[in-house]
Amino acid sequence: MKFNDFFLIKYAPEILQHTLEHLWLVAISIGIATLVGIPLGILITRQTNLRQPVLIIANTLQTIPSLALFGLLIPVPVIGGIGTNPAIFALILYSLLPIIRNTYTGIIGVDPTIREAGRGMGMTDRQLLLQVEIPLAMGVILAGVRVATVIGIGIATIAAAIGAGGLGELIFRGISAVNDQLILAGAIPAAVIALLADFAIGWIEGRLTIKGK
Amino acid sequence: MPQNNEIAVEFHDVSLSRNHRSMVSNLSFTIFRGEALVLLGRSGSGKTTTMKLINRLFTPTQGEVLFDGIPTTQWDEIKLRRRIGYVIQETGLFPHFTVERNVGLVPSLEDWKPKHIKTRVYTLLQLVGLDPEQFAQRYPHELSGGQRQRVGVARALAADPPMLLMDEPFGALDPITRLELQQEFKHLQQELGKTVVFVTHDIQEAFVLASRIGLMHGGELVMLGTSDEFLHSQHPEALAFLQCLKPAL
Repeated sequence: MKFNDFFLIKYAPEILQHTLEHLWLVAISIGIATLVGIPLGILITRQTNLRQPVLIIANTLQTIPSLALFGLLIPVPVIGGIGTNPAIFALILYSLLPIIRNTYTGIIGVDPTIREAGRGMGMTDRQLLLQVEIPLAMGVILAGVRVATVIGIGIATIAAAIGAGGLGELIFRGISAVNDQLILAGAIPAAVIALLADFAIGWIEGRLTIKGK
Repeated sequence: MPQNNEIAVEFHDVSLSRNHRSMVSNLSFTIFRGEALVLLGRSGSGKTTTMKLINRLFTPTQGEVLFDGIPTTQWDEIKLRRRIGYVIQETGLFPHFTVERNVGLVPSLEDWKPKHIKTRVYTLLQLVGLDPEQFAQRYPHELSGGQRQRVGVARALAADPPMLLMDEPFGALDPITRLELQQEFKHLQQELGKTVVFVTHDIQEAFVLASRIGLMHGGELVMLGTSDEFLHSQHPEALAFLQCLKPAL
């Protein structure tokens, strides 16, 4: 076998293009999910009556099979149809649960005596949240973002089914052409991206997690 | 013994119940300026609850607590709490703040100038016996229990509040460090003339620190008086505590 025939080399240009598409899909959706999920997670630590409904909805969304969700979005206007929009929308929905849940757990998990010391010294709720609770919960919150990212990278391969591009495109083509090399050309980079993302966010997490007890 | 008769805090027939459970009931007493009132009692006797009624971490369900003559419910709670230093067991320090930021917390909440805060923090660290150069940049987990507690006291004193609330601050310390801190704190309190409410279950500690002892039992204040009066009290709970003073050997 000649070196140039090795599938990762043979398909390199396509792999590169689809990897970039893939990264784009995941980055946008995780970005938006983080911007929505963290405030929602904080909200349900303050408005405890919203906690159950928010977590139940996020939980339920998580259980819809991704292929079905992509299909269901096709007839929906604006956020639906085919292409990147519905893919991003669906990825956001899947990413919300780990981010909301970890934000909530992280903040609720802050040592109550520390919270009480803050309140007792006259910190407003806002000061307590920004200066104490969020910094102390940061490690747990980022762990949620990390889980969401890894899940998102996997689910984004399925988004190719509705024409959103990404590495799933190679996988679907490989399946219909019964070409294992093509399947692997999509699957291996997707796995590598997931591992790298996991490692990178884990590293940030380690840097931001409060040392000490 | 009250150093003068100015009143710092008054409890008027105060009761508090939470979730249909009575926490404290019918508290009526006065705390005078400059005195060190020690609330003594077993776990669950209501002493911490009583203390938290002063800085409005709890609000009475019946009666009222007056701070500087004004009911706590009419105070802006943030303003009220910043006028009252608060020390709890060592965990109350923020683990992600350096000693300097921990001590400077209330001044920074009050928007003091950074330079002013720093000077104040250094003065206070010296006051509680910690070398600022050595300790200002450390984190709480890099300190011993006794050092953490000194930082806690410095933090409570930072904005020069007229009153301190202390909830078993020396509870987690070894007996030698504990005695050392008790004595230092007593001097500090007398020197600065702060009104102090101190919660403990340790009768020895109560005798070291108190100008008056308030004995709590089952959510009620069953006795309030000087150490001498306490020694002669015939209340069964006071007698039970006095038993603890007798040497074991």
